[in-house]
Amino acid sequence: MDLIISFATALVALLICLQVTVLLLWIERKGSALIQDRVGADRATLFGGLLPFNLGIVNTMMADPLKLLTKEDIVPAAADRFLHWLAPWMAVFPLFLTFAVVPFGDVLVIGGRQINLQAVELPGGILFVLAMVSLGVYGVIVGGWASNSRYAFLGGVRGSAQMISYEIPMGLALVSVALTYGTLDLQEIARAQGQLMWGVVPAWGIFYQPIAFILLFIAGIAESKRAPFDLPEAESELVAGFQTEYSGSKMSMFMMSDFIEVAIVAALTTTLFFGGWQVPFLYRDGFHFAAGFTVTAPPLVVTLLQIVSFLVKVFVLCWIQILIRWSLPRLRYDQLMAFGWKRLLPVGLANVAASAVLVLLLEGWTGA
Amino acid sequence: MNPYAALLINAALCALVATLLLFMSRILGRRRGSTVKYEIFETGNPPIGSLRGTRFPVKFYLTAILFIIFDIEVVFMYPWAVAYRQLGWFGLAEMAVFVGVLAGGFAYIWRVGALEWD
Amino acid sequence: MILFWVVAVLSVASALTVVLHGNPVYCALALVMALFQVALMFVALDAHLLALLQVIVYAGAIVVLFLFVIMLLSLEPDVPSPGRYGMRAAAITLTVVLGVEVGAAVLLSEPGSPDPPPLDFGSTRMVAERLFTAHALPFELTSVLLLMAMVAAVVMARRHT
Repeated sequence: MDLIISFATALVALLICLQVTVLLLWIERKGSALIQDRVGADRATLFGGLLPFNLGIVNTMMADPLKLLTKEDIVPAAADRFLHWLAPWMAVFPLFLTFAVVPFGDVLVIGGRQINLQAVELPGGILFVLAMVSLGVYGVIVGGWASNSRYAFLGGVRGSAQMISYEIPMGLALVSVALTYGTLDLQEIARAQGQLMWGVVPAWGIFYQPIAFILLFIAGIAESKRAPFDLPEAESELVAGFQTEYSGSKMSMFMMSDFIEVAIVAALTTTLFFGGWQVPFLYRDGFHFAAGFTVTAPPLVVTLLQIVSFLVKVFVLCWIQILIRWSLPRLRYDQLMAFGWKRLLPVGLANVAASAVLVLLLEGWTGA
Repeated sequence: MNPYAALLINAALCALVATLLLFMSRILGRRRGSTVKYEIFETGNPPIGSLRGTRFPVKFYLTAILFIIFDIEVVFMYPWAVAYRQLGWFGLAEMAVFVGVLAGGFAYIWRVGALEWD
Repeated sequence: MILFWVVAVLSVASALTVVLHGNPVYCALALVMALFQVALMFVALDAHLLALLQVIVYAGAIVVLFLFVIMLLSLEPDVPSPGRYGMRAAAITLTVVLGVEVGAAVLLSEPGSPDPPPLDFGSTRMVAERLFTAHALPFELTSVLLLMAMVAAVVMARRHT
């Protein structure tokens, strides 16, 4: 029975990951069109034009991925065949797995059983996320190398150097979060944000660690090589960077890895800084407003509200990332690296130091 | 249930889905090869020189080493952060020495210019 | 138990690939696989923190460095050189000696009767509490070691420019 539950939560986590990715494709297309004052993709129709209207969502959610998946798979003659197949897999696998530790709800009470809505209840959740992000670099390096093409290789090396440079500020931001909550378990951190400060404001992480939030967000965007940090896959400069020699589903896997990372950054930020699945004033048995005014709700409704809250927050943060992509110009590579090493890293260290001192001053020391 | 067993189930599922995606084009797509399709793309011209002979700048190597060093530093900070409230001021002082030494090193490499041009 | 055998077979296989394969990039990737197996063995030994750190630092950072170096040097796949048979004999002899020593150490040692470890053995908090109190000095020395590595890397890299 435990096995089935575990498998079910794993499936749900993976499905959330895939659905968010596909929806992101559509949101990106239409959102960028909105920002750039144009209509965006709207030509694909259902059933060959039988319906009198035309949904843009058909184009990107269904037609675009289908098109990519049915294209011919070309492996260049000079390329290393095994590595050429392996690279997209290595790019995507750690990212799928990251969703396994993200909590998307509190507990689901079914038939007397309490199921923790987190696919893998790892006590070292934050470290696991960092490990998966570290593994994401391989897809880029091997992808660039496997094509045996100069453009691809250079793009791959620059991309991986960028990714590893921004892992450190990311790690430092996560250290300050771990410092604040005293734990690495994501579900515990989400639960710890359920209280209210001064009776009104929800005790979300962003109020405790605003600098860490900014640091994590920026480092996350840089890590996923999205604009304004997208020189490695700069569409106008290095052809397609390390993705040049890929076609068909392998190409779609690289593109997916881009969107999955957007979703991961959003999910991680939500869990750590915006209360995860917490809804303000909602506790396990219902709403508790100020002055003792309560609205009870059955546990299933509570769980549903929490899941919806999680998804809404994730989408808002994804939208912010998309906005950033289409508003800011691209950073040149040396500016990018200088920003990571010379600006974000010292800020990260200073934040950890300041948080540490503050924690001791405000909470005293429970030492033995 | 042991979380690592759940992790293995997850990993297997993710690996399966990733592999399925990988072979989608092979299954669904066409296979009509031609010599031109299999050449390396270099905007129309034949590629000059082999990849094997390309030099690549040593600053990438330096970035990787510096990354390892700072990664290890961050990794030491994690257990410290978790047990921080038990370690108290002594723990803070310890970590301050640790980070201080490495911050000194960081200042040195910044001055020397190892962080430039990347 | 099955898991142990799977992990054991995979780690031996990947380690052999690292040593024997001709293409250095494949060797580096086999090394990643081997390090993963080590992390799984750490999990089996209840050293959870160490398993994650193994993946983050070793598989995630150090092998990336190896890959960079391999690509920097643009190594050709390995070609056997003429003087290799003498080396091969020496290598095989030493391997056999090592195998005999390890086997002797394992078979002749007396099994202790360990107490069952406390519940949070190997967890982050426990490692932290031990590391930063009883072993504070090695911890500080690590920082000096890292500093040395930093400076050495910079000096070596700058000599090329």
